[in-house]
Amino acid sequence: MVGTVKGRILVILAVMATAGWNLYTNGLKLGLDLQGGMHLALEVSDPDGTFTPEARADATDQALKIIRTRIDEFGVEEPLIQKVGSDRIIVELAGITDEERAKDVIRQTAYLEFKLVKSEEELIAALPRIDRAIVQALGEEALTDRARAERPGEAIEQLLWGGQDTAQQREAEVDSIASARPLSALLLQSGSEGEFLVAESDFATVDRFLSLPEVRQAMPRNTELLWGSEPRGRGAQLYRSLYVLESRPFMTGEVLESAAAGRDPQFNQTIVSFELNRTGARTFERVTAQHVGDRIAIVLDNRVYSAPVVNERIAGGRGQIELGQAPLQEANDLALVLRAGALPAPLDIIEERTVGPSLGADSIAKGKIAGIVGVALVVVIMIAYYRFAGVLAVLALGVYALIVLGGMATLNATLTAPGIAGLILSIGMAVDANVLIFERIREELAAGRSVRMAVDEGFSNAMSAIVDSNITTLMTALILFEVGTGPVRGFAVTLSIGIIASFFSAVYVTRTLFLLYLQRKRTVEAISI
Amino acid sequence: MRLFANANFDFLGHRRAAYAASGAAIALSIIAALFWQFNKGSWLNYGVDFTGGTIVQVEFRQETSVGELRETLGAVVPGAEITRFGAENEYLVRASDFAEGGREVGAVIVEALTGRYGADGFTVTRTEAVGPKIGGELQQRALLAILLSFAGILAYLAIRFEWRFGVAAVVAVAHDILVTLGMISAFQMEVLLPTVAAVLTIVGYSINDKIIVFDRARENLKKSGRREDLVTILNRSVNETLPRTVMTSVTTLVTLFALFVLGGEMVRDIALIMFVGILVGTYSSIFVASPALLVITERWKPQQKSGAPARTVRTGAAV
Repeated sequence: MVGTVKGRILVILAVMATAGWNLYTNGLKLGLDLQGGMHLALEVSDPDGTFTPEARADATDQALKIIRTRIDEFGVEEPLIQKVGSDRIIVELAGITDEERAKDVIRQTAYLEFKLVKSEEELIAALPRIDRAIVQALGEEALTDRARAERPGEAIEQLLWGGQDTAQQREAEVDSIASARPLSALLLQSGSEGEFLVAESDFATVDRFLSLPEVRQAMPRNTELLWGSEPRGRGAQLYRSLYVLESRPFMTGEVLESAAAGRDPQFNQTIVSFELNRTGARTFERVTAQHVGDRIAIVLDNRVYSAPVVNERIAGGRGQIELGQAPLQEANDLALVLRAGALPAPLDIIEERTVGPSLGADSIAKGKIAGIVGVALVVVIMIAYYRFAGVLAVLALGVYALIVLGGMATLNATLTAPGIAGLILSIGMAVDANVLIFERIREELAAGRSVRMAVDEGFSNAMSAIVDSNITTLMTALILFEVGTGPVRGFAVTLSIGIIASFFSAVYVTRTLFLLYLQRKRTVEAISI
Repeated sequence: MRLFANANFDFLGHRRAAYAASGAAIALSIIAALFWQFNKGSWLNYGVDFTGGTIVQVEFRQETSVGELRETLGAVVPGAEITRFGAENEYLVRASDFAEGGREVGAVIVEALTGRYGADGFTVTRTEAVGPKIGGELQQRALLAILLSFAGILAYLAIRFEWRFGVAAVVAVAHDILVTLGMISAFQMEVLLPTVAAVLTIVGYSINDKIIVFDRARENLKKSGRREDLVTILNRSVNETLPRTVMTSVTTLVTLFALFVLGGEMVRDIALIMFVGILVGTYSSIFVASPALLVITERWKPQQKSGAPARTVRTGAAV
């Protein structure tokens, strides 16, 4: 049946119907570069290289799960969240408008800890040792340079008002303080237990000191220094709190039952209130009972958000994280990530690509125009050159276009900007098989064969060249697909579908059209080709 | 209408002219590559996909200028490259870093622009930020893709044709790629992932073209047996396929031209690269592939060695 003209027409109509139906029902899936959106590649952060490959893979799997939950709650349609290789996570969010917010929701570790605030005495006793560790680690030279660079204002002040001598004296003083007591010179008393203040201008310097491995070693046992969440004003100056905490938390965010954003009317600030589960509530009650009068710090991602004094035993397991004047949306996002759970480790973004919706729409519009003009040019050339046969080729080209688009819809392939280019290019190349066949037919006609014979011979002689050339192109397309990423893959898919579709349309469809024509006319003297 | 009907050009007789033309093109390519290699340290202008770095495309509400942007961004992102792109008030900021001091450069740029123009004064239409690790990976994969496609094509042709056809085709395609890369290097066009796709498409198209010619040569060789010499057969094969070679080239080039003119900034570069590559590929299908096959046959087929030089002279004399 497939051999008869009727059978062939049925096959073609069936293919066209399937392609058309799939295109109509599925539609074309647009790539992020066309509809706008964000593509992120993330990896578990491991700056010191302490993870084993297995631990990395485990952490990645956990992070993947948590990101899924977070994105689901965040509310993005059809997000793509997948693992690539053993330790990379790809997140693709279409149509997102606030990329920074989405990035924060994905990336925030959201590691919640409850820690006891320690008395500062033990730390003060250890300060000389810590100072020496800093001097040893960084060298005196670097420290004095830093101190001078950071206090040019004072030096100039001395120059203007105090004369040369005092300036030098002052500079020497700065030098000696910086080189002898780099950390302790910058710590100020706060008046509250277990809390120092650091001038905001010294924040970066002190933070750098605290991150030195030598300093961590010189710390008293089970003690760590953590920053408050944001600077606080006192008079005209801005200060940061630096808390002395037990490094072991007595409880972590795993015991969290729920979290919700809200406003605290009393202090007019944004808060996230949370509720602990039964185990958490019991631990909290026990610890508060033991530590009436002490402070408990609520630590989120190594920043202290609040450190209330325990006035009495606290039952019920409720608490809150204070966000100051932060917008409510930020509190909402924080509540969301707290509910979804903490990431097993911080994540690094290693690749980010975002495209705004306007740019995508622009690419589509321009691709359409270029496509229409390109196709029109091909149609004109084919008909002008091959006349009647050219018209058949153009009809086949119509079938081709339908199959390609339908095929993409069927395979759920994504159309990207380079994909549009590939599509337009493939139309130029799609007529190649027809050109080959028509040239062969012309040769056979020129050699004096009858029209029927010439058409038959033309098709069969052109076949080996068509097959070989299509297969090699298909090979390059497959390699592109294997090796490429994102938009390039889209290009490879379009190209592959195009090659297969052009084989069907140029060989099968055109042949059928020829057969139909020759069948209608019983005697054919000549053919317009 | 029929172009090149019964064409009978002596392409192989003029192969020395083709050698000269191709040699000159390749020499120019190499000179350009060396020039940039010594002047800029890299013969290709690798984009963010391969070097890692950040591109931010920004559309401003109000008119601004490159100078003003440089002033705004100079302090926070030293060495940022600022160019106009596409529409009226659209600019491209390129930075060679992905992250600087723990912060993403893209965010730093947006912050600095917000400080100067306000949050409503501009829209970020595109960000491409690639970490150094990804960049290195993509570079490897792109190279792998090109090598794999060469190997695959060679293997396929060796199976379907004789190996000498495969080698000749790969020589001709390598010629096309060299000249195309020469252009990319000479004009320092930015090399991104789609550029690799464009180059591989040229490989695909060009090899396609060679196969058509060689398929005819194979057929003609079979038909004639040993009655005719290789030069005559190759010449006839190139001439017989000439209408197809030109026709397909024309239909492909017009679509690429439409893409180049109307497709917008994002695809203009790859349309141009493919246009040039396919133009060169068409030339090499006619002028390079068959001479390559001839040279390979003469060099490595001992049984034909004695007769070959005489034949060459004869065709040369017939011109």
